Amino acid sequence: MRGSLRVTLRLAWRNLWRNYRRTLIMLAAVVVGVWAMIFMTALMRGMVDDMVKDGIRTLPGHVQVHHPSFQDDPSVANSLDPPTDTLLEVLDRPEVVAWASRIKVPAVVSSERNTRGVVLVGIDPERERDLSFVAGDMAEGRFLEGPEDQGLVVGRRLLERLETDLGKRVVVMSQDRENEIADRGFRVVGVYDSRLQAQEEGFIFAGRATVQRLLQMDDQVSEIAVLGLDYRNVDGLRDRVAAAAGPGVAVQAWPELEPYLGSMLPMMDGFVLVWIVVVFLALAFGLVNTLVMAVFERVREIGLMLALGMTPGHIRSQIVAESTFLLALGLLVGDVLAWLTIRPLEKGIDLSIVGEGLEMFGAASVLYPAFRWEDVVLANVIVLVLGFLASLSPAIRASRYEPVEALTKV
Amino acid sequence: MPAVRCVDVCKTYRQGDLEVKGLDHVSLEIEDGGFVCLSAPSGGGKTTLLNAIGGLHRIDTGEIWIADKRIDELGKAEMASMRLHKIGFVFQAYNLIPVLTARENVEFVMEVQGVPAEQRLDRSTGILEEVGLKGLEDRRPAKMSGGQQQRVAVARAIASRPALVLADEPTANLDSHTAEQLMELFVELNTRRQTTFVIATHDQRVMKYARRIVRMLDGRVVGDSVREAA
Repeated sequence: MRGSLRVTLRLAWRNLWRNYRRTLIMLAAVVVGVWAMIFMTALMRGMVDDMVKDGIRTLPGHVQVHHPSFQDDPSVANSLDPPTDTLLEVLDRPEVVAWASRIKVPAVVSSERNTRGVVLVGIDPERERDLSFVAGDMAEGRFLEGPEDQGLVVGRRLLERLETDLGKRVVVMSQDRENEIADRGFRVVGVYDSRLQAQEEGFIFAGRATVQRLLQMDDQVSEIAVLGLDYRNVDGLRDRVAAAAGPGVAVQAWPELEPYLGSMLPMMDGFVLVWIVVVFLALAFGLVNTLVMAVFERVREIGLMLALGMTPGHIRSQIVAESTFLLALGLLVGDVLAWLTIRPLEKGIDLSIVGEGLEMFGAASVLYPAFRWEDVVLANVIVLVLGFLASLSPAIRASRYEPVEALTKV
Repeated sequence: MPAVRCVDVCKTYRQGDLEVKGLDHVSLEIEDGGFVCLSAPSGGGKTTLLNAIGGLHRIDTGEIWIADKRIDELGKAEMASMRLHKIGFVFQAYNLIPVLTARENVEFVMEVQGVPAEQRLDRSTGILEEVGLKGLEDRRPAKMSGGQQQRVAVARAIASRPALVLADEPTANLDSHTAEQLMELFVELNTRRQTTFVIATHDQRVMKYARRIVRMLDGRVVGDSVREAA
C-alpha cells in the first residue's frame, strides 16, 4: 500500500512537469485566483470591520446592562443601581478593555432660536475615552472634564440646527423620577463631528453626576456599557457579565442592540464564501481542461500501468494527486503573494476620491484591509475540496480504460 | 500442473460493422517452465490469445487458468492483482513509463507490490547488469535506444520474479543483433529460473529459440510442434 502510494505520488509529480508550459499557465491562473480570493476578501472585511467598529464606538460597546424595560421605554423610571462589587470584579478583568455607566434619557434642547428632540447622555468622560467616539472626535472647544462638569457637548449639525454657537447657553429639558419636568441651562463647551449625521443631531453629552442631580436619580444609571477584546467573540463576555449582574437586569451583546450591524457579519461571511466559490468555478474550467488534456496524452501509459497490475484506483489517485499538487502549489504561492500585498496596505488605502459615496453607507474614506487567517484557511480548504471534486471526472475517465484498448490507442 | 490452460476459448470483436472471430474455440496447455512461441500471420489471433492469457481483455466463452487459478471469472481488481504478482509483460512498443528512469521502470512493479526498497535496489541493480544496462540506471527512456528500452522492459518483466512472462512481438522494433541478444537473455532466464515464456511472434529469428511452437490461423490453433531449441 505504501509502495503503491509512493509510486503514485512520484508519477503524479513528474507528470505535472511533463508539459511544464501548460502547468505553469494553469499554476499562474490558480495563483491569481487565490490571490484575488484572499485580497478582495481582506478589502471587503476591512470595509465591514470598519463599519461595525464605528457602529460599536458610537455608544453600544460590546455588551450593555439595562433595566429589562429600558429598550422599550428609555426613561428615568427604567434605571439601574450602579455596578455591584460582584459586577465590578468582572469589569476589572483583563478581558474588559473599558466600561462606563451612563445616563441616557430622551430630552429636548432649546436655543434662543430653535428646539430639538435629542438623547441626553450623562457620562463619566474619563471612562468614555476608550469606549466611545465622542472624546476623540472633538472639533471645537473641549471635551467634558469629569462627571461633575456643568458644560454640554453637542454635535456640529445640531449646533447648526439650533442656530447657536460654542460658548452660548442652551436649555435641556427632560422628565425626572417624579414625572415632573426637569430643566436646566447648559453652556455649550464642545462640538463634536461624527461620520453619521443622525448622531451629530441626536446625542448631547453632559457630566453624569450633573444629569443625575437634574433628574433626581441619586446614583442610579440608565446603562452600563462594556468593551471587550474582540467584537466578534462577545458571547462569553456577555454571559459572564450577566452572571455577575444577577437577575432583574437585561444584558445584551451589540448584535442584539444594533441588529443591522449584527447582521453585517454573517452576511459578510456568506458573501466571502460565495466570492471564493465563484472564483474557484472560473478556475475549475481550466483545471478540468488541463487534467483532461493530460489524460488524453497519456492513454497508452495508463494502459501500460493497468497491464502491469496497477488498479483503476491507482490511476484515479494519480490524476487526483496531480490536481492536488497543482492546487497546493498555487495555494502556497497565492497565499504568500496575498499576504505580501496586503501587509503594506494595512496602514490604510486612501479612497477619499470616492469618500462621500462611502460615507453614505457608513464606511470610512480610508480602507484598512483586514487579513484574517480564517479567510485564508477557508479559501484553501474550498479550493482543495472543490479541486478534488473537479478532478474526479477526468480521474474516473482515466481509470475506466481497458488496458488493451488504451495500449493500442493512436 | 500446467502454467497456462485454455479450454475452448472464444473471443469475438467488432471491426466497424463486421464481427471478427479473434479466438475460435482455442484449447491449449502450456507446461510450467515452457518456452512457447505463438506463431501466426498478422490477424491470426496470437496477440488476442496472449492478451486473453494475461487478462488484458475478457473472453466470450471458455476458461483460462493460470496455474490453479481460473482468471476469466476474476473481477478487475483481482485480475490486476494477478497480473501484478504472477505475470510479467513485454510489449512490442510503448513499454516504459517515460517519466521514470530505467531503474525506476524496473522497480515499478516491485514498488506497487510493496517490495522493500533495499530488496528492490538489489534486484534492479543485478537485473540491469544482467541485461547489459549497467551505467544507464538513471537514464530516462527518451535518452535510450529502442534496444535498450526493450531490455529495460524485459528487466522489469522478470525483476518481480513472475511465474509467467508474456511477450508480444518483443523483437519487432529491434535490429537483428539486439533481437538475438534479447532472445538469448529469454532462454537463459527460462533455463536458470524456470520462468515460463509465451511469446507471440511471426519472426523466424525468435521461433528458432522456442522449444514449442503453436501455430494459429484465423483465431484457431492449427499446429502445435515441440522441437529442440537451436
